[in-house]
Amino acid sequence: MYDSGKIIIGLIIFAGIFTSPFWYDLSGGKEALKAPVLVLPTKADQQVCVNTLEYMRADHMVLLNDWRYEVVRLGDRTYQSPDHKEFNMSLTGTCLNCHANSAQFCDQCHSYIGETPYCWECHTEINKPENMQ
Amino acid sequence: MEHWSLAKKGTLINVLFSLSAVFILIAGAIVGVDLIKFNFLFGVIIPYTAITIFILGIILQVIKWAKSPVPFHIPTVAGQQKSLPWIKSSKLESPSSTLGVIGRMLLEILFFRSLFRNTKSELKNGPRLVYGSNKYLWLGALVFHWSILVIFLRHFRFFMQPIPSFVLALQNLDGFFQIGLPVLYISDVLITLALLYLIFRRVADLKIRYISLASDYFPLFLILSIAVTGILMRYFDRVDIVKVKELAIGIFSFHPTVPDGIGVLFYIHLFLVCTLITYFPFSKLLHMPGIFLTPTRNLANNSRMVRHINPWNRPVRVHTYEEYEDEFRDKMKASGLPVEKE
Ligand code: HEC
Ligand code: HEC
Ligand code: HEC
Ligand code: HEM
Repeated sequence: MYDSGKIIIGLIIFAGIFTSPFWYDLSGGKEALKAPVLVLPTKADQQVCVNTLEYMRADHMVLLNDWRYEVVRLGDRTYQSPDHKEFNMSLTGTCLNCHANSAQFCDQCHSYIGETPYCWECHTEINKPENMQ
Repeated sequence: MEHWSLAKKGTLINVLFSLSAVFILIAGAIVGVDLIKFNFLFGVIIPYTAITIFILGIILQVIKWAKSPVPFHIPTVAGQQKSLPWIKSSKLESPSSTLGVIGRMLLEILFFRSLFRNTKSELKNGPRLVYGSNKYLWLGALVFHWSILVIFLRHFRFFMQPIPSFVLALQNLDGFFQIGLPVLYISDVLITLALLYLIFRRVADLKIRYISLASDYFPLFLILSIAVTGILMRYFDRVDIVKVKELAIGIFSFHPTVPDGIGVLFYIHLFLVCTLITYFPFSKLLHMPGIFLTPTRNLANNSRMVRHINPWNRPVRVHTYEEYEDEFRDKMKASGLPVEKE
């Protein structure tokens, strides 16, 4: 092999970059890798979400987008859930009414998968401890 | 004229062949996951195999390259060589030092400098051959490569826990315009447009179509299908991302799990990615490591200052004059011939 010094350094860098997730995740310990733990609403009248569980898990941001559109553009504030309950279309007022502690709910998932919704630049997370004082 | 129409047919087969190969892969993933429920195969075994083939395949190929000698000093340059101090030399286009070579390589790898010089030749009404500058290939290639890099780095949010902050920063930058929810990534739009152009470029021009092989179309269609399934999965038919991350983290921490309830679209995406990286070490995609080992780029243009020795030169047996004289000195003296040493 010619230039073996340079070739070996190059190959180590290559392998290091492409196996970096292995080193990173193995060094973090099991605790760090845990999936999010959600605190769900406990009150008896808050046991059903505004839509089905599968829909909420994957598509809640689309629902929020629709709500925003209907409120801000069309001025319509009532939402009919699939099981014919009526909800006021409001991020803080409705979602966070049931999911009172967004740090133990929304943020759990979001920090796990690295989403940082920009909504909270304007909307308040009333139930966040620092907002409650 | 006849062989042109044959050429058209031939290249059409190349396009169809590559396109159907991609569809067969997609069908394979659908059958494997939706019908036979081989989720563990598609979610764990195939990814591990693909990562291994990718890394070992590239290492072996690079070693193979490194074993072949460079007989001549062959940098191809595009600027004035370093010579007399009062002649201005081009330090990047014709580098004579290691630093210059590094600069030139960076320009090549990050901005495709030599592709920027791409020209086109066209036959205009009759026998008039016209050359012109053509920057579209450079632009399309640059947009494509940067987008795929950004997308690949953004994907580290699935691979690493906790997520490194540069990934989050990149993601925020990519979603800068905050269009819709989930926020539209600019790189998704750009990679799709760039790939469509790169495919179009091969198909649209008869001359390029004539020289395009199935192995040119296949990577384009394969990467396009990866991008399209990813885009579908983010904006149209969303899958459960939290479970996807559990699967990915499982792979990288050697505790593989296959959570149920991840949509089949994800398995198609993953299978196509695994195909891509398995195909990588055996195809033209090897230009990724190859660019670093290209003698026309990575050699300094210093052939007037440093002697390049062909590594396969055998040691040549020579008989110098001194040795000759040593051997025959007595005889030379005896016959009165002049000698250098007494
Ligand atoms: C009436 C109370 C209520 C309201 C209002 C409500 N939720 Fe829920 N939500 C729940 C409950 C209860 C669950 C758990 C459902 C279950 O486990 O079956 C849930 C589940 C969810 C989940 C899935 C969590 C998981 O287990 O993966 C998401 C995401 C979610 N809600 C988001 C929202 C958003 C966004 C809004 C506002 C648009 C909202 N919820 C409004 C009660 C509510
Ligand atoms: C620039 C500030 C701003 C940002 C950022 C913002 N909103 Fe809003 N949003 C508003 C304003 C102002 C209204 C109108 C409030 C009203 O009419 O009640 C509103 C209304 C809404 C509504 C309906 C009314 C209500 O009480 O919630 C929803 C739902 C909503 N936004 C969702 C979102 C989501 C989801 C995000 C993040 C992706 C977001 N917004 C980001 C300013 C903002
Ligand atoms: C079960 C986990 C989970 C919970 C709980 C959850 N989210 Fe999400 N959320 C996600 C995932 C996953 C995404 C990103 C989807 C993607 O990248 O395709 C997301 C994305 C979003 C986005 C779009 C962000 C963007 O920049 O694209 C908004 C807005 C959002 N969530 C709001 C909420 C709110 C408000 C709550 C709490 C009421 C909540 N989410 C709870 C998993 C969750
Ligand atoms: C070369 C490799 C890959 C390419 C080019 C690629 C491309 C893409 C693209 C263009 C998207 C659209 C959304 C976005 O840009 O984030 C996407 C989404 C996605 N990809 Fe990939 N991908 C690759 C590898 C992988 C791998 C290995 C996984 C396995 C974890 C994966 C899982 C996903 C998921 C889950 C989404 C949906 C993201 C979301 O909804 O936000 N991808 N991919």
